[in-house]
Amino acid sequence: MFTAKTYLLASSLEEAYDALQKNKTNTLVAGCCWLKMTRKRIWTAVDISRLGLDSIVPDGDTLQIGAMASLHSLETDPAVKGFAGGILSEAVRRIVGVQFRNCATVGGCVWMRAGFSDLLTALLALDTTVCLYHAGQMPLDEFLTSPVKKDILTHIIVRGGQRRAAYVSMRLTETDFPVLTAAVSLLGEDWRVVLGARPGLAARCERAENALGTGDRDAAIQAVRDDLRYGGNLRASEAYRRQVAGVLLARAVEKLAGEGAAE
Amino acid sequence: MKVKIKVNGKLFDKHIPNDMMLIDFLRKYGFYSVKRGCESSNCGLCTVWVDQKPVLSCSYPAARADGHEVTTLEGVLPEAEVFGRVMASMGAEQCGFCSPGFVMAVLALKREIPNPTEEQAREYLAGNLCRCSGYASQMKAVMQYLKEGYQ
Ligand SMILES: Cc1cc2nc3c(=O)[nH]c(=O)nc-3n(C[C@H](O)[C@H](O)[C@H](O)COP(=O)(O)OP(=O)(O)OC[C@H]3O[C@@H](n4cnc5c(N)ncnc54)[C@H](O)[C@@H]3O)c2cc1C
Ligand code: FES
Ligand code: FES
Repeated sequence: MFTAKTYLLASSLEEAYDALQKNKTNTLVAGCCWLKMTRKRIWTAVDISRLGLDSIVPDGDTLQIGAMASLHSLETDPAVKGFAGGILSEAVRRIVGVQFRNCATVGGCVWMRAGFSDLLTALLALDTTVCLYHAGQMPLDEFLTSPVKKDILTHIIVRGGQRRAAYVSMRLTETDFPVLTAAVSLLGEDWRVVLGARPGLAARCERAENALGTGDRDAAIQAVRDDLRYGGNLRASEAYRRQVAGVLLARAVEKLAGEGAAE
Repeated sequence: MKVKIKVNGKLFDKHIPNDMMLIDFLRKYGFYSVKRGCESSNCGLCTVWVDQKPVLSCSYPAARADGHEVTTLEGVLPEAEVFGRVMASMGAEQCGFCSPGFVMAVLALKREIPNPTEEQAREYLAGNLCRCSGYASQMKAVMQYLKEGYQ
């Protein structure tokens, strides 16, 4: 468990950002689920729960999701449930339990850039922009590969509500971290294929996307096995993940086909 | 720091350590139904409600609860006792260690999804681990309790 000398319930983004910069150890507190497990020695814990950053605003084909929106709100919000086949709701529903998902936040999930992230896998299959208080806006894939600098993720903007999309994951037991995650989405001829928890950070597979575009599902399955890097950890070996990747892709494509067009 | 937290309807106006978690606040002021299990956001044993929503008190900063209403098992005792009797009559409880968090989750489910299907109930309660029951008897008791409209 971390320790904190002071706890700031920030009353503005400016105050929160300034507090974060004041001391190397000052740390932002979102859902606190992950932070709780660290042994950080924090001078000021900066709480952004009072800044109204938990709203979810639909605007046509776009969703603006506040960083402090809870994962459970992605399951219950009607706009999210109806967005791109409900892929975001589906992606979070196996993360621990409801009481956990009432705490853990969208901002925390994105900021952590965790390889095991269910939500990042789904967000990469749509067009997601990350909005930072200081550094401004950038596409999610750019954010995921940028060096980490202290900032505040205020919200994300997700475009692609009319995409058809599907999400699947494999877990050894319900509520455990995923062994592997997969998301696919389609708009017209434009496919997206994302594999996550490999166990590295979620990534798209371009050759699989092109193969699905030409209707060659078997080539797409081969492409995710050949082109992406897999690794082993206590949940699964590299070879097992590589094999399962093809199976999950096939399941996701089947699921997408079964759900009918949302375009 | 100073906080004002309402627990089961009673206001607690207290000075707390800055990094105190809600579970420690609640236990300090006598709400011993709130138990520590994994303490790593995994088991659901420490479940309480903040503004009627189930949360993990082991991972919820007490400072954040300032100005909010917290409900523990002690605050819903009559309702919890009815469900407890259904559990006992169906052999759904063994050592009982997981019960405080489980009961809080079941009563939250009842409020959030009236008349859930078994699949919905199973999914809602997935975050409450039990090392004894094997879950089957627990689920039977939950469905019986919800279906028969025990109040
Ligand atoms: C036991 C456990 C099991 C989990 N299982 C899964 C799983 O199966 N699948 C999955 O996808 N995820 C899983 N997670 C991760 C979880 O979903 C969240 O990603 C994680 O808890 C972080 O979210 P949080 O809101 O709790 O952030 P916190 O714990 O509060 O913060 C985490 C870090 O991110 C920083 N941060 C948070 N929000 C912001 C922001 N808006 N701007 C800048 N920095 C920020 C914090 O300073 C901190 O360093 C699990 C976590 C735990 C603890
Ligand atoms: S003690 Fe809080 S989740 Fe286990
Ligand atoms: S009855 Fe023993 S842990 Fe659930």
